Amino acid sequence: MKFKEALLHGLWKDLTPFRLVLGLCPALAVTSSAENGMGMGLAATFVLVFSNMFISMLRKVIPDKVRIGSFIVVIATLVVLVEMVMKAYFFPLSQQLGIFIPLIVVNCIILGRAEAFASRNPVLLSMVDGLSIGIGFTISLTVLGSIREVLGAGSWFGMQVFGESFEPFEFMVKAPGAFICLGIMLGLMNAYSRKRGETFIQT
Amino acid sequence: MDLFYLAIGAIFVNNILLAQYLGNCPFCGVSKKLGTSIGMGVAVIFVATLASVFTWLVYHYILKPYDMQFIQTLAFILIIASLVQFVEIFLKKQSKGLYNALGIFLPLITTNCAVMGIALLNIKHEFNFLEMVIFSVASATGFALAIVLFAGLRERLMISPVPRAMQGTAVALVTAGVMSLAFFGFYGMVQ
Repeated sequence: MKFKEALLHGLWKDLTPFRLVLGLCPALAVTSSAENGMGMGLAATFVLVFSNMFISMLRKVIPDKVRIGSFIVVIATLVVLVEMVMKAYFFPLSQQLGIFIPLIVVNCIILGRAEAFASRNPVLLSMVDGLSIGIGFTISLTVLGSIREVLGAGSWFGMQVFGESFEPFEFMVKAPGAFICLGIMLGLMNAYSRKRGETFIQT
Repeated sequence: MDLFYLAIGAIFVNNILLAQYLGNCPFCGVSKKLGTSIGMGVAVIFVATLASVFTWLVYHYILKPYDMQFIQTLAFILIIASLVQFVEIFLKKQSKGLYNALGIFLPLITTNCAVMGIALLNIKHEFNFLEMVIFSVASATGFALAIVLFAGLRERLMISPVPRAMQGTAVALVTAGVMSLAFFGFYGMVQ
């Protein structure tokens, strides 16, 4: 029962970055195309699953006072790993994502899950939690990236969607489009949850 | 003159928050009151400049000569985290007033992407020492400027009749988008 809950909560109840307003920087920065959004989501998922695993394993060893520092070391090590793998096997994508790959270290979602979940739950459950939050994050970024790419460049995953005559809204792939698109999606999700009678915890 | 353009470019044209999307979590989190946002802005200027100096020195005098650039990320985050801790202890001991003003923001800064982002951008653009200092101060000032302006807007938004679904973060993000569009007006001012 617990596992099912841990697996599902990241997909709607704690969907990042919409319901937990964390990890906004990658959500805004790399979603100029669906492919970039998905790549970022998958990289973050990998780090989340393994950081949750290691932190959960070490939860009884790490002294309470230096826990944040210790979590950051674990996360940073994993990020270095991701960085190297991406440079070796997905070079064009790693060039596109640029400094946002090393910046996964300071992604609040990962530290947030380590602090709120992995540091007080068993190993397997923590990994499931990481996977769930990670998949939610990947889906959100892919959706956001798709909307921006379709409207802003007229393509989806690099494939042309509209005909030649389509004039792309360049605004959508630039910075202002990112903020406005995320804001409107947040508003739509608020409206939907209000209709379902859920309360949305964000201020 | 080039340094002047570099500074103007970092503050307005490539504003770290509104054009480069770094540091958005504190941007949304602590921008509800003008007072706190000024505190956060000053704390970021202070820590980002110090952190950039240290990370630049470590990169150029330790990591580079020994071909260890691959642990850059790990080294930088450790430097920033320990620096923040050190600054906190130092301020607590030496300057009570400053500590009371900035204290609560310091732990938050460890996971502020703006600080780490500026440090990484310094390396990416291959700045020399002077350029690095100017760029760091200017970028952090850009962050402070944006967050203070934004807090002013948000204080007004609190008392405006916003549609219920858009209240809170949703309308804040749309506002940030409009602000970002306004900052695009500086585009082309500096190449």
